[in-house]
This record gives sequence, structure tokens and C-alpha cells, in this order.
Amino acid sequence: MTTPLLDVQDLTIRFGGLVAVNKVCIQIQEGELVGLIGPNGAGKTTCFNMLTGVYEPTSGKICLKGVDIHGQEPHEISAQGVARTFQNIRLFKSMTVLENLLVSLHRERGYSLVESILQLGRFKRRENEMREKAMEILRVLNLDHRADTQASSLPYGEQRKVEIARALATSPKLLLLDEPAAGMNPSETAQLARDIQKIRQDFKITVLLIEHDMSLVMKICERIYVLDYGQLIALGKPEEIKNDPRVIEAYLGGSVGGTHA
Amino acid sequence: MSYFLQIFQLLCLNVILAASLNVINGYCGLFSIGHAGFFAVGAYVAAAASKFWMPEFAAAQPALALIAVVLVGAAAAGIAGLVVGIPCLRLTGDYLAIATVGFGEIIRIILLNTESVGASRGFPGIPLLTGEWFPFWVVLFTIFSLFTIHRLMKSSTGRAILSVREDEIAARSMGINVRFYKTFAFVVGAFFAGLSGALFAHYSQFLHPSNFTFMVSVMVLLMIVVGGMGSQLGAVLGAVIVTLLPEALRFSETLSSIRMLIFGLIMILVVLWEPKGLMGLYFRFARPKKKVSA
Repeated sequence: MTTPLLDVQDLTIRFGGLVAVNKVCIQIQEGELVGLIGPNGAGKTTCFNMLTGVYEPTSGKICLKGVDIHGQEPHEISAQGVARTFQNIRLFKSMTVLENLLVSLHRERGYSLVESILQLGRFKRRENEMREKAMEILRVLNLDHRADTQASSLPYGEQRKVEIARALATSPKLLLLDEPAAGMNPSETAQLARDIQKIRQDFKITVLLIEHDMSLVMKICERIYVLDYGQLIALGKPEEIKNDPRVIEAYLGGSVGGTHA
Repeated sequence: MSYFLQIFQLLCLNVILAASLNVINGYCGLFSIGHAGFFAVGAYVAAAASKFWMPEFAAAQPALALIAVVLVGAAAAGIAGLVVGIPCLRLTGDYLAIATVGFGEIIRIILLNTESVGASRGFPGIPLLTGEWFPFWVVLFTIFSLFTIHRLMKSSTGRAILSVREDEIAARSMGINVRFYKTFAFVVGAFFAGLSGALFAHYSQFLHPSNFTFMVSVMVLLMIVVGGMGSQLGAVLGAVIVTLLPEALRFSETLSSIRMLIFGLIMILVVLWEPKGLMGLYFRFARPKKKVSA
């Protein structure tokens, strides 16, 4: 078996006395589309925050293509090919959609400070290339007509898509999507499912998806991890997860009390 | 030299100051109010350079000497920005503001007690390099500062600085080294504040620590608040208003005695009704927002 793209071993984080994530193991092979589900407060977003370096895990290992990324800063992890979106949209609000993507391309600018002040040499060429690359990503997601619109004035569904576009602009190998369908109506969600499958093929990336919309998760994910109270309670194909008694219990409560109708 | 030329030069120096603070407060979103400190470092270092280190060169080649001492003053302020920035930029919001106020006061008190720059007697005898051409150089340096900052903000580095203001966590996750760009913006702001200070030293030919009190930092902050934070044009307009208004009020007996009162009133009105300053007014009335069609 080849080295997994993402290999998480015994990932644990404590906030004081609370163990928010407890010994979670996740393996994702290159090209997979994997779901991470669980009831509210299960620790899914905390997992994302550790994978992207926002939080430092108390213990455990996170390996990207066999390289341990423990203790690295978020921008260093981003440079190694991990990009994410946020549950509560975090766009650069007063910048245009295009500028939002250009921030992600900053690492690839390839010109010096002096060149940017004199606007000489590589500056114009590289700026045009960056703009072209950003526009290409926007075209894939049907956002190109919004390129010059201020991010905060976009409708909610499109803001979510701009977040995905901005994450894609960092040229990731692994894309972490945190509830991309939150607040979307059914037709927007269906479009999102098509978009996720499309970007996965077009950009040849691996996707890890947190989502509460089960129809979306069951439809597009190949494998699903289920978290509850910080612990991994199940993993498997969508069909297996749907019928797993522990998962049903986590979502609907135990059958012992019998209070549920 | 005529009164109006004097005021015009002062205006240029304030424009540079406002534009430089705007990089820190307006573009990068850091709340710094110790700008008088960087202004002072630039002024005293440049003054010492032209009086003690290269008096012969200054007499022989005043124009080149002026460029040299202004850049030396600016660089010294930039280094001060780096030294202050690295520890202080771990702080955010109000705490950063308090730390920067502390820095400004420390600089002033050091100057007040340093015998070699005159301590509390002040620092006299700074040569007016280039003589009657001096205002020309002031204008040139003002254009240089505004141009450099403008071009910087139009580049990828400028977008990185803006992204830090907009959302730090998102910026980090998109590969922006937030700590580096905060420090960078701080150093750029300090550099141009020092440049303004260096020109001020040669403009007034006499420096005193009381030129660099906390009130100076507040005045520069007032300029960018009145003009509109995060806009270069706003910073320039704010500097023009805050510099010229007290001069205009000088002509009226009654108004000149209450001009600080009028200042305070303007500040309150701006914060209450138009927090984005003059640029906010401009965008509201002159350029209606582009509507997004669904």
C-alpha cells in the first residue's frame, strides 16, 4: 500500500479538563473524497483546526505524504498543500472576489519588492498570470462574472463558493471543506455536489468534507468517518454508516430510555 | 520665508506622517498610536547626521547630503519599528495601542535626558540644507513617499497586508505569514514617519522633545480618522484639514482661542456619523455602490 496522503495517528487535544478530540486516527489516500460527520460539538472543526495548524494537538501525529507537520504554522502547512474553508465564512470582506483569490496566490508571486514598486520586469507579467489563474478557478465554479464584486456584497451561497475558490487558489493537494452546504437551499446543495466532484477531477485533489447535510454526504463521499464526543465511533462506506447502530444512537439518542418517538 | 510657504511645508510633512500611519492602522489594521516616537527617531538621527557626522559634506553637497540624512533618519526609524514591532505585535487591539503609546513616551523621555542632543535645552543649529530649494525637496520626498506606498499596496504584498486586516485566521490558512506582514507594515510605517521627521528637523532647524509628545501621535491619528482609514487619498485629505483648519481659525480672534475645542467636536462628529471619514462620505454620495444582480 502506498503512503497515504494524510495519515493522522491518535490525534488528541485537551482544553483544560475537556478532551475535545480523543485518539482519532484518519487515513486518506490520494484522490479520495472522504466525509467527516458527527453531531454538533463532536470535534470535527477542532480536527480541521489541528490539521491546518490553528490549534496544536496535545498528542498524536499528523503526517502529510509521510512528513510530520506537527508544530508547523498555518502558513507553512498551507505551503505544503493543505487548504480549507471555514464553517462561519471568513472571506476578506472589503476586497473583491478576484483579490480574495490573489491573496492565496501570494506565495507564487515571483517578483521582488523593488519590482512591485517600480512595476518593472516580472511584475506585470506575473500579475497577469496570477489574475489569469484566479479567473480560471472562478470560471470552473461559475463565479467569473463576480470577479470584481466586493466579497461582502455577494449572496450567501456564492460567498461559500468563493471560499472554496480561494482555497483552491493555494494549489492544494488536500482540500478541507467545513460545512460547505450550510445555509444552502436544496438546489444550491445539488449544484455544490456537482462542483465538488468537478473540482476534484479538474484540480486532481483529495477532499475531506465536514457536513451535516446527509443527502450530500451519502451521495458524494466514498468513505465516512463518524465522530461523537471527540471519539471515532465508526468508519466505512456510506451504506455501512447509514445502518451502523452506534451512529444512529449518536444522532438520535440511545434506545434504552425509549423517549424518542 | 513667507508664512504660506512655511505652512505648505508643514502640510507636506503631515501628509507623509498620515500616509505612513495609514499603512499601519488603515491597511494592516494594527492600532498603533506611538507615531510621534518614530517621527522623533527620524528627526534626531537626521539632525545628528547633518550636524555632527557630515558637516563638511553637508556644506559642499547640500542636496546629496539632504537625501543621505533623510534616508538615514528614515532607516533609523525603520529599525526602531522593527525592534518595537517584533515583541509588541504579539499584542492585539487595545494592548498594542498601550504598548505603542509607551514606546512613544520612552523615546521622548530618552531624548529629554540625552546630553549629546541637548536634552531639555533642545537641539539647535541644524543646517537648512539646500537653502531656498528646501521646499522643493520636501515636495519631492512627499511625492516619493506617497508613490512608494501606493505602488506597494497595489502589489501582492499590499494584498497580503490587507488580508491580515480583513481576517487574520483566514489569511494564515491561505499561506500568508501574518506575523511577518504585521511587522513589515509596522516597519514601512515607521520608515516613512522617520522620513517625515528627518525633513522636519531640517525644516525647523531646532528640535525639542516637546515637539514629539503624545498629542502629535493623536493629531496624526485624527488625520487618518477624519480622512478615512485605509485610504491613501483619505490620509492626504485628513492631513490637509487637520493642518490647515487651525491656521484658518487663527485669522479670527474668537475662533482661534477655541480651536482645540472645534477639533474635538469634529472628531466626535466624524466618529458618530461617518466613521469611514471623508472617503466614506465620498463613497456614499459620489459613487453609489455597484449593485449585485441576482
